[in-house]
Amino acid sequence: MIAELGLAALWLAAALAGLQLLGGALAQTERGAALGGVVRPVAVVQGLLALFAFFCLIYVFAVTDLSVKLVALNSHAMKPLVFKIAGAWGNHEGSMLLWVTVMGLGGAFVALIERRLPERTMLATLAGQAFVSLGFYAFLLLSSNPFERLSPVPAEGQGLNPLLQDLGLAFHPPTLYLGYVGLSIAFSFAIGALVTREVGPAFARAMRPWVLGAWIFLTVGITAGSYWAYYELGWGGWWFWDPVENASLMPWLAATALLHSVGVLASRDALRTWTVMLGVVAFSMSMVGTFLVRSGILTSVHAFAVDPERGSFILALLAINIGGALTLFALRAGTVSEGTRFAPVSREGALVINNVLLCAILGIVLFGTLYPLLAEALGAQVSVGPPYFNPMSALFAVPMLLVLAVGPLLRWRRDTFARVGKGLVIPAMLVVAMGIALVAFAKVPLLPFLGLVLGVGLAWASVLPLRGRNLRRLPLAVWGMVLAHFGIAVALIGMSSESAFSSEKLVAVHVGEITQVGPWGVKLDRIEPIAGPNWTALQARLLVRYGGDGKVVRLAPQSRTFWAPPQNTAESALLTRWNGQLYAVLGGEAEGGRWQLRLWWKPFVPLIWIGGLLIALGGLLALMGRVTTDLRRSVISDRIADRRDDEQRLREERA
Amino acid sequence: MSDKAMSETSAGVRPRRWTIWLPLGVFAAFVALVLIGLLRPADHTVRSALVGKPMPTFDLPPALPGRDGLASAVLTNGKPHLVNIFASWCIPCRVEAPQLAELAKAGVPIEGISVRDSKDNLLAFLQENGDPYQRIGADDDGQVQLALGSSGVPETYIVDGKGVIRYQHVGEIRADQLAMILQKLDEAGR
Repeated sequence: MIAELGLAALWLAAALAGLQLLGGALAQTERGAALGGVVRPVAVVQGLLALFAFFCLIYVFAVTDLSVKLVALNSHAMKPLVFKIAGAWGNHEGSMLLWVTVMGLGGAFVALIERRLPERTMLATLAGQAFVSLGFYAFLLLSSNPFERLSPVPAEGQGLNPLLQDLGLAFHPPTLYLGYVGLSIAFSFAIGALVTREVGPAFARAMRPWVLGAWIFLTVGITAGSYWAYYELGWGGWWFWDPVENASLMPWLAATALLHSVGVLASRDALRTWTVMLGVVAFSMSMVGTFLVRSGILTSVHAFAVDPERGSFILALLAINIGGALTLFALRAGTVSEGTRFAPVSREGALVINNVLLCAILGIVLFGTLYPLLAEALGAQVSVGPPYFNPMSALFAVPMLLVLAVGPLLRWRRDTFARVGKGLVIPAMLVVAMGIALVAFAKVPLLPFLGLVLGVGLAWASVLPLRGRNLRRLPLAVWGMVLAHFGIAVALIGMSSESAFSSEKLVAVHVGEITQVGPWGVKLDRIEPIAGPNWTALQARLLVRYGGDGKVVRLAPQSRTFWAPPQNTAESALLTRWNGQLYAVLGGEAEGGRWQLRLWWKPFVPLIWIGGLLIALGGLLALMGRVTTDLRRSVISDRIADRRDDEQRLREERA
Repeated sequence: MSDKAMSETSAGVRPRRWTIWLPLGVFAAFVALVLIGLLRPADHTVRSALVGKPMPTFDLPPALPGRDGLASAVLTNGKPHLVNIFASWCIPCRVEAPQLAELAKAGVPIEGISVRDSKDNLLAFLQENGDPYQRIGADDDGQVQLALGSSGVPETYIVDGKGVIRYQHVGEIRADQLAMILQKLDEAGR
């Protein structure tokens, strides 16, 4: 019953999206202008219906209604409740439903509150949003119905992949989806602005909070996903250039570029065409990434997991949405006037370089991700990994970091290097000192070396925009920028330090034996069995000590066996100190009663994720700053309008 | 496309107009590439290192009381065999069942390896979907599955009369693949 209600709500929402598209499109013509009135209310109801359908799905998962095929395939009565609920979106159909829900809610929110742009542009924007949603509704309803029934009803479900039974991961996909779908709003704004040729500062200001919000969620999502891969997979790495990871990184790169160019458009009325294009590209990257992951075209480990029909459907959807948007862009961009000009050495100039470099990195990641596909089309099987991605992206990341240090110090329109040069003396000295120290005391490979020296210099340079300013009156957005740039430096130092100074050890030890990794002494105290709600495990009790005289601490990595579905996972154990992390994984039993242990000491590795969070926090500050400024501005303009009305009335009364 | 845009272009306001089509061109190349990938017939042949190698040695106990278990020695009796890895909890296995029944009817000896299953579930599965198997070995800890280099269920191996693996089929056998399987069996029998 609940499943049928959900399905009905979904159909209704799809119909309303159709109406929203039609109304918004007709409102662009003179004769259909009257239809424009329905668009906003319809957008709101459509979002609420999608939300209702999503709650229906959560309900059938929460009560483990095995007559619903999706539940039978992905859930199990013995799973803890929180993972039952998370199971609702831990699969293809459910995650697509989450996608349209977030998209619908985003559209509803825009329809409710955004009133700064000309109404025609708004209606075109909402029509664009409906157009994209409609494709995803069609996909859900025609080829991935999440509410499909199963007959006969199985006695038990198949369970959720144990790797996914983790609290962090339960909330990881929704976070990323909020990011992806936030970009869909930017995409729709770009469409609306192209249709009505209203590309200007007002458009940029309307779009900016959505870009910022989406970017914050993407940053948090990527950071959390990286940490999850780090501790859950038990391989000790934190980024694998896996297509799934790249699928989230590409929209982030595009969104980062968009974020910077939208700021230029909002405050300087420059970079009009470029900003609109990035608005289209950012969401396109979300869709391409999702397609690559969902269609299984890149990771066809098991051919039966890949449904060619489903893949073709999403591809057609992409071709229509992205192809249509890019065609519209190509046709209309010529009619968008260029906007204000600026000198090469200026804040705008630095932002343009940053944008171009970000797009270059985006191109490299996209090419590397697609390369196996290209090679396969030519008859070879290859996989592309860090040896390609690391140096290639560094090639562009290094100049980008240099621009990042200088750019925020430059003035708008026109500036000279001589003016900002003095401020950069200290960071430059830091870079040299760090470089000398590294060469003298440690043998570090080139990339981590560059990362460390630039990271230290950038950490200093990133706070320079605060110099000589009244800190109490400084806008929140500036604080946000400084914090985010500082976060980049912090993350960079973490990454480089991890790759330069980590020590790794794979040993087979008897109970009671002591081994060394980095500055740590590790003793295997005992092995004990443990039982969880839907797993059993062997747990190693390790006693570890930092240096010769540190405090003895317990560490307990596990080797878990889940039984629904049957799978083994290694639960790593982490010990965090101020200067790094000790990482322990329990492997299998070796001959002669010995146990395999895999140990890493990773100096300063938490800085990677701390940096990521700082970047997101910087985004949050900027968002708060922008929203309060926007609110204040709208209150003031309302007041001016009121006063004008009053004066008008007085004048009429007098007359 | 408005006239205004045309006139602006011809007036040379934007000389590098082709760059505006660049994103669309890149995207079209992407679509073409992916389309090639999607349209190519799904490649079920895994370049398994095991093809051409002898079956690993194993001796599995019977999965059901009163039936024979499966030992690798059985596979060296001079005739080609189909070895099918399956489980009652695997939904593609249900999809595959009619095809296996047809192969059994055609006289193909099918040996089953039941992975991590309970007797009751297995019995119910066979009653519901038919039982094409000559023998079913119980691989309760998945060790044989691992030794075979199989990462999922269902998977099917064609083993020739000398116990050498000739073909590995990942995923369920679909109706349109029966002829191909029969042909591979024929080749293995030669």
